[in-house]
Amino acid sequence: MTILLKATGISRAFGGVQALDGCSMEVKKGSITGLIGPNGSGKTTLFNVITGYVKPDSGSVTLEGVDVTNERPDKVFALGIGRTFQLTRIFGRISVLENMLVATQREESWLRGLTRSMSSKSEVSAAMEWLDFVGIARLANLQAGALSFGQRKLLELAYVLVANPDVVLLDEPAGGVNLTLVNQISDKIRTLNKSGKTFLIVEHNMEFVMSLCDEVTVMHQGKDLVSGTPNEVRANPLVLDAYLGGADDDDDMESELEHG
Amino acid sequence: MFQKKNLLWLVALAVFLAFPLVVTNPTYTTIGVFTLLFMACTSSWNMFSGYSGYIALGSGAFYGVGAYTMALCSLHWHMAAGAAMFWLVPLGGLLAVLVAIPVGWVVLRVRRHTFVVITIAVFFVAQLSAINAGFTGGTAGLSLPFITWGASYYNVPFYYVALAIVIFITALSASVRRSRFGLQLLAIRDDEDRALGLGVKVAAVKLTGFSMSAFVIGMCGALYAMFIGQIYPQFVFDPLFDISIALMAFLGGLGTLVGPLLGALVLESLQQYLTVSFSNGSLYLILFGSLFLIVILFMPQGVVVALRDRWTKKDERERDAVASNETTLMASGTK
Repeated sequence: MTILLKATGISRAFGGVQALDGCSMEVKKGSITGLIGPNGSGKTTLFNVITGYVKPDSGSVTLEGVDVTNERPDKVFALGIGRTFQLTRIFGRISVLENMLVATQREESWLRGLTRSMSSKSEVSAAMEWLDFVGIARLANLQAGALSFGQRKLLELAYVLVANPDVVLLDEPAGGVNLTLVNQISDKIRTLNKSGKTFLIVEHNMEFVMSLCDEVTVMHQGKDLVSGTPNEVRANPLVLDAYLGGADDDDDMESELEHG
Repeated sequence: MFQKKNLLWLVALAVFLAFPLVVTNPTYTTIGVFTLLFMACTSSWNMFSGYSGYIALGSGAFYGVGAYTMALCSLHWHMAAGAAMFWLVPLGGLLAVLVAIPVGWVVLRVRRHTFVVITIAVFFVAQLSAINAGFTGGTAGLSLPFITWGASYYNVPFYYVALAIVIFITALSASVRRSRFGLQLLAIRDDEDRALGLGVKVAAVKLTGFSMSAFVIGMCGALYAMFIGQIYPQFVFDPLFDISIALMAFLGGLGTLVGPLLGALVLESLQQYLTVSFSNGSLYLILFGSLFLIVILFMPQGVVVALRDRWTKKDERERDAVASNETTLMASGTK
């Protein structure tokens, strides 16, 4: 399998905190890659660097060999990297359908937006298809701010997918969602992956990660610690150390890691 | 439903067209001109600040630029006093855009409270420049070519030109709301960083909206200067103008099409009427202040939105739809 997304030697400090310290990882085309690590290990910062929200101090990000380091978020999205946020972010005061339409203009110039109507028929039908896929099509005309937390997660997933990015970065897709919905989200991701979509997922729910991912990268203190299949990672003593030892202590992780 | 809405617009248009034919008293047609000017400015302000959430309190600067364009051009080009000066109205708009582009390029880098404060600062820079620059005549102001239309007729051309600007901005604002560009402005209002991450070129979109809004406000300033015939920097660069148009938009319904028009219609005509009736120019400020408090406390989204939501039972509808969908989602998950 070819490598779709590759981060090499990314470093980034916020004041005195070295959030990323020479972190490298890669995502193979057509895979579901997991990114795990204790709180504060730099997962979200890595996401922010990849998607252009944070500029790295050093290192590079490439998408299919094309350098996307230091590009603005809108450009990165246009090039084919879509993402969701840990704290779900939707547009609360426009309708659910309009939320979807914001994302359908991936490669359009801003001048075009002035002269065209909000949506074409094909965009609306594509948007409705994706809403139907995640199961909230009947809420299309509702103001998005009225949605429940779980529905917002589904909407965010849907509007990233409607733009058909090459790789989708999901920041805690199962965070704060009840178990039924977690299973549903996991099913959707698997279905999409079977049809060729590539995913990179940050998640604390170990069961979710271990059952879903083909490859897992473990981060610790801003570095990539281990990469491998879920089984390899689970058996690696370094990983247990990262979760158990030091200041990054997180008790839940250890038990989840073993049972997952 | 759709046709009923269009019919209402047509009726409103007919009433506005007929107004100076029915009411010929210059006192009231003057109120009519001022009211239309404020309707245009409020609607235009709303087209950027209402849609994008960037609350600008310095749009008076564009009004002033428009007014000085009218005054200086008509004087320097030795224009004959009369209808030909109306051609300077769009020029006032263009000059306002020329100012808005570099100003917007700087101020649109900051958000929320900082943006509000920095636009106020820009406004006072503009006002002070007008007071101190040589070519503006300073505090002595400028007298435009004196138009010698009869008292009973004088207001009528101004009224219809102002009405044309109101129609223009209403159509523009409506088409922006329906365009992809308008959707991008709304997305910026709700979550700018998220919009950026979905490919919206936020800097370009914001600057375009800001400049479009300045164009119409500049035109209004130009028309105002021609109407009044004598301008002073402290009156055409008026901080109360900034606050008034924001208040009118908030009262009617920020980010809606009809709200700012209604807000300006009610508040500006009321203000002019009070000024005429009680010969106290500041009475309206007390009234505006109290009204603003009431609206912000009880209808933070404005009168139009509050009434529409109550009428369509929006809350109830939303709650039901969300709950029933939640049930469906759970059921499909367990099977």
